[in-house]
Amino acid sequence: MRVKQISVFLENKAGRLSEVTAILAEAGINIRALSVADTSDFGVLRLIVNDNQKALEALKNNGFSVGITDVVAVEVMDKPGGLHTILDLLHKAQINVEYMYAFVQQSGSNAVMIFRFDHIEEAIKLLEENGLTVINGSKVYSL
Amino acid sequence: MDNVVRIHASSGTTGQPTVVGYTARDINTWSELMARALTAGGAGPKDIIHNAYGYGLFTGGLGVHYGAEKLGASVIPVSGGNTNRQIIIMRDFGPTILTATPSYALHLAEVAEEMGVSFENLKFKYGVFGAEPWSEQMRHEIERKLHLKAVDIYGLSELIGPGVAVECHEAQNGLHIFEDHFIPEIIDPATGKVLPYGESGELVFTSITKEAFPIVRYRTRDITSLNPEPCICGRTLVRMKKVSGRTDDMLIIRGVNVFPSQIESVLMEIEGIEPHYQLVVDREDNLDTLTVLVEINERSFSDEVKVLQQLERKISINIKEYLGVSARVKLVEPKVIARSQGKAVRVIDNRKI
Repeated sequence: MRVKQISVFLENKAGRLSEVTAILAEAGINIRALSVADTSDFGVLRLIVNDNQKALEALKNNGFSVGITDVVAVEVMDKPGGLHTILDLLHKAQINVEYMYAFVQQSGSNAVMIFRFDHIEEAIKLLEENGLTVINGSKVYSL
Repeated sequence: MDNVVRIHASSGTTGQPTVVGYTARDINTWSELMARALTAGGAGPKDIIHNAYGYGLFTGGLGVHYGAEKLGASVIPVSGGNTNRQIIIMRDFGPTILTATPSYALHLAEVAEEMGVSFENLKFKYGVFGAEPWSEQMRHEIERKLHLKAVDIYGLSELIGPGVAVECHEAQNGLHIFEDHFIPEIIDPATGKVLPYGESGELVFTSITKEAFPIVRYRTRDITSLNPEPCICGRTLVRMKKVSGRTDDMLIIRGVNVFPSQIESVLMEIEGIEPHYQLVVDREDNLDTLTVLVEINERSFSDEVKVLQQLERKISINIKEYLGVSARVKLVEPKVIARSQGKAVRVIDNRKI
């Protein structure tokens, strides 16, 4: 039920993002979703791609510091309040969201959000018990 | 230990913290030497001395303090920091002598200007500056901005602290060494051979009167030369040239001795960090700044920004705690710090002394 997300450390220098996308393009990797978190010195680029192994190798071979993190993809009703329902549920159960970002593609008629939780198992259980759809990793990469 | 009445410490000249002790007689000797030093610098019993050297384990603050009292002058023990307040004290108490590190002196000048206080209207006549290397150009800048005559003072905690040698304000040309307490020699740092007057090499000292911490032929790692010619001030004590460099990689940052290897020790203690680092030293607004670049790696990398920021903070806090110097820590990508054959380039010093 988990999705593998690739995270890359980037210095705040011109062209770093561009270099990452060049490397991924050359390796034939398709980016499904991404988010960049930044501080004044560095940024962390988070990616959901269609081929994790290949992406990891390509980036490592080019000297980037990369990691793999387990995140959760959840279907969100594509109308006002859709996201709030989920966040409210998590808040009441005191499950912390480290970060989140949207997925570009839809799953059927629903939007998709990527979540990073502190307590991933607890979170997945809670969401499913409340009738929310947690999307499998393999499905997410090819959405 | 019964006879030791004072303890001081500094990073010394070798990177390991150096702890030194003083007997009551040593303290008296030190006060004498500092009184001499202040006199050579232009001070007398009627002066008011603004002492901006740090008080504490560092020998600068208390060294000047005891010398000033021995001299019979009035000392204001401001220590370092609180710059705005120092300017107000200068304006209100009217000190005539300034003692500080050269870079802090320039910083005081800058802050004074921001506060609308002009050194032209203050009462300073002379200043005694040391604890870090500074050039003739810096002297001219200090004299111009602070409207006083500036002399260089030299010392090291292993010997006694400040008060080993001092420039006379009359000549400002070489520092008179107090040979009746410390015997100087210049050696070739590679072979150890003693060099004649006039030749540049490593300064070596032997103490004659120290009780708690006597030393014999101690290598200072400082590079200079000796000049026996009589001076226009009348002193016949041998003079050493302003120190031009060191034989090792020690840095002096805001008056604190810092060895790259010390930073390395701090990094090695933190889990996941490999010792691929670089020290970048700059001077901003006349104050030294230290930035430590540390390479991220598989183990230390995290997808969460806050974890990375915590890591930066932890390194910075540890450096401050162990070395007493504030450093900005910047995480960089792997392999960014050039690997070299042989000795790594650990330090990039952008300061123009």
